[in-house]
Amino acid sequence: MKILTEHINTPGIETFDVYRKKGGYTAVEKVIKKMTPEEVVEEVKKSGVRGRGGAGFPMGMKWSFLAKPEGVPRYLVCNADESEPGTFKDHYLMKNIPHLLIEGMIISSYALGANKSFIYVRGELMYVIHILEKAIEEAKAAGFLGKNILGSGYDLELVVQPGGGAYICGEETALLESLEGKRGNPRNKPPFPAVKGLYQCPTVVNNVESIATTSWIINNGGEAYAAIGIGKSTGTKLISASGHINKPGVYEINLGVSCDEFLNSDEYCGGVRKGHYLKAVVAGGSSVPIVPGHLFLKTANGEDRLMSYESLSDGGFATGTMLGSGGFIVFDETACIVRNTWNFARFYEHESCGQCSPCREGTGWMQKVLNRIEHGKGSMHDIDLLVDISKKIEGNTICPLGDAAAWPVASAIRHFRDEFEWHIKEPIAATKPGAVYMKESVLV
Amino acid sequence: MENTAPQLFKVTIDGVEVEVPPGTTILQAARKIGPEVAPPAMCYYEPLKGSGGKCRACLVKVSAGSAKDPRPMPKLVASCITPIQDGMVVENYTNPQVVDARKSVVEFLLINHPLDCPICDQAGECHLQDFSYEHGVGTTRYEEDRRTFEKEDIGPYIQLHMTRCVLCYRCVYTADQITNKRVHGVMGRGDHAEISTYIGQAIDNDFSGNVIDVCPVGALTDKTYRFKNRVWFSKPVDAHCDCEKCSGKVQLWYRGDEVIRVTARKNEWGEVKEFICNTCRFERKQTSDWTIEGPTKVSRASVISANKYSKNLVKKPDFALKLAESQYKNIDDDRPYLHEMSEIQQSEDYKALMAKDEKYFGHK
Ligand SMILES: Cc1cc2nc3c(=O)[nH]c(=O)nc-3n(C[C@H](O)[C@H](O)[C@H](O)COP(=O)(O)O)c2cc1C
Ligand code: SF4
Ligand code: SF4
Ligand code: FES
Repeated sequence: MKILTEHINTPGIETFDVYRKKGGYTAVEKVIKKMTPEEVVEEVKKSGVRGRGGAGFPMGMKWSFLAKPEGVPRYLVCNADESEPGTFKDHYLMKNIPHLLIEGMIISSYALGANKSFIYVRGELMYVIHILEKAIEEAKAAGFLGKNILGSGYDLELVVQPGGGAYICGEETALLESLEGKRGNPRNKPPFPAVKGLYQCPTVVNNVESIATTSWIINNGGEAYAAIGIGKSTGTKLISASGHINKPGVYEINLGVSCDEFLNSDEYCGGVRKGHYLKAVVAGGSSVPIVPGHLFLKTANGEDRLMSYESLSDGGFATGTMLGSGGFIVFDETACIVRNTWNFARFYEHESCGQCSPCREGTGWMQKVLNRIEHGKGSMHDIDLLVDISKKIEGNTICPLGDAAAWPVASAIRHFRDEFEWHIKEPIAATKPGAVYMKESVLV
Repeated sequence: MENTAPQLFKVTIDGVEVEVPPGTTILQAARKIGPEVAPPAMCYYEPLKGSGGKCRACLVKVSAGSAKDPRPMPKLVASCITPIQDGMVVENYTNPQVVDARKSVVEFLLINHPLDCPICDQAGECHLQDFSYEHGVGTTRYEEDRRTFEKEDIGPYIQLHMTRCVLCYRCVYTADQITNKRVHGVMGRGDHAEISTYIGQAIDNDFSGNVIDVCPVGALTDKTYRFKNRVWFSKPVDAHCDCEKCSGKVQLWYRGDEVIRVTARKNEWGEVKEFICNTCRFERKQTSDWTIEGPTKVSRASVISANKYSKNLVKKPDFALKLAESQYKNIDDDRPYLHEMSEIQQSEDYKALMAKDEKYFGHK
């Protein structure tokens, strides 16, 4: 089922006219002319769509938590900061079909009663910002944005804000700080943004992909959306697939498709590159636990694993992982897990905002220890030290970046401990260029 | 009739019950009970709005959220920013998970700390020293290089030692809230975030000196006092003056007859309630500038009280013997070693050592 990407390859779809011809903005007409904001929220609730930014919180529920005090403005902020390693779906959507996001923003803002909404775009993507700005101009010229939209009396202004250039600015409260013009430090919660968000006013922060689903939901009904997918993982999800596969790219899947099919069918990733074996998978962006190939394809109970929130997390952290933001990275037997873990650790050290001591100091410490191990200077107790540091960070920080830094390290050691040990025991062999530890039993 | 008596919430912290008004944080409630249950705080500073939540030193376990909803909170919470609920039960020193988490916060704060206490002006009144002594372990697992920073000159009064900073943000809030023109803040992120002025400006403001008092460590110190003293050699005295800029209520630090430093007064939690101006702090260093109120009360536990009592009242421990004894006893291997102090003293090594430097060990 193609909900977001149905028209993505249509030539000229980035322009208002082509998008409109393909049925664009009919959902805006429908909500503004025929629906109350409450009805829109209700429809989104029915759809069961969950936040696509990583945490997977039901979007309709988030909307209904929004505080509505008299005389205080409410804001909708679209999180387009997409900086999670392995994730590039929002970029793909905004660049190719910007009006889908703009239409979603209008519908969502109307539902929430926001008259000024923001799209906070990763600062490095300046050209995407220009695309969005152009789309906004076109929508405004057609009367879908600005004052008195379609003669309804509803006003909406959309602002595109270039991001602060840090991964942490994707964390919703850091994003709000940054949007206010301050340093992008996450806030202590509570209060949550739904009560005190942007400029201390009630605010909803949603991911690009989450917001982009709303036009389909409005056109086809929440129930139709909920009929796609499996269980509480309703609808479709964009997966950014990369790594050692035949067909890297962005795929829209029905949630619940089996992991085997997603990885191996020609419709999606097309399998691990020829002549190689599947070693490990990071299923949802660098922050989620890494799992060995066999645990990606089958759960610990031997059931087929599915691409859904529930199935991927089956088995908890011992044997499972998470769907996260859908940043799907595949490793074949030529990939060194230690090197990869070190690489991720470098990222988190670099991106920690530095507010809370466990994350600020712990991410740096883990990176340095991993660096030593990778370069043949580790000792056996370093492995347990890493596990211990990751445990001391996890759960003790202001924002989830601390957890996100801890999980990849802890899971890599959990599943690939012998590879770390090999680096320590055989430093000369392990530091040869391209050297990789081979243990055939983990390859699929 | 309206009930005007404020409604109070009951909280239990480490088994001790206390009643506090709604909106109080767990940390404040614990402080109300007393220092025995008050969690340590490295970043929270009551007079500074918005402070707290960063260092994670004050983490506690909430084992029951409230009387209405007695479920425990899933994670440890920062007690300095978490408001109490009626019927909340909090575990602090009694919970091994909390004790362990604090140990790790100490460890995290120390891995990149230079540990240059012997030459640091803050030593003896440093919250990091207290925190690590009370909550940390005596050893380190850190084998990497410690982070360092380029030296930065921030003006004639304040010395910035970025390597010692624990990034508590207190100085930033102070500058934001009590000076009228903030020129310093945090630059960069992660473990290379640093306190700095933009760009290389001097901090020049009537109240800027207060950042020295709020800094829990020796990252911001008084240039006019630098390397002049060890705090336990000086005697604090409460004094005041008629100041047109501030309350004029200060502490004078005497060494002999000389005022070597002026600071604001701190309460028992190490917090300044009345900030003072730079004129009082840096310019008024004559006894004649002040009306003396009397000696500051210093806790006997504080190192500042050292040497303030007549010699024969204080029994000095025999450090050399104590150390030797503890070291010998703590060696955990099966090599033969001497158990009794008398045996140690009879050993050839010991005698040789004594002969070499009698004075060092203080034996007559
Ligand atoms: C360190 C960090 C980075 C994040 N980066 C992003 C991001 O780039 N894009 C995004 O949509 N959500 C990101 N999130 C998740 C957001 O905090 C938030 O949960 C999300 O934007 C909510 O939208 P949703 O409910 O539609 O998923 C990040 C979270 C953390 C902790
Ligand atoms: S967990 Fe890390 S990124 Fe998040 S607030 Fe703390 S220091 Fe900043
Ligand atoms: S300089 Fe001192 S007060 Fe400022 S952040 Fe560092 S430790 Fe805190
Ligand atoms: S004192 Fe509470 S987090 Fe620092």
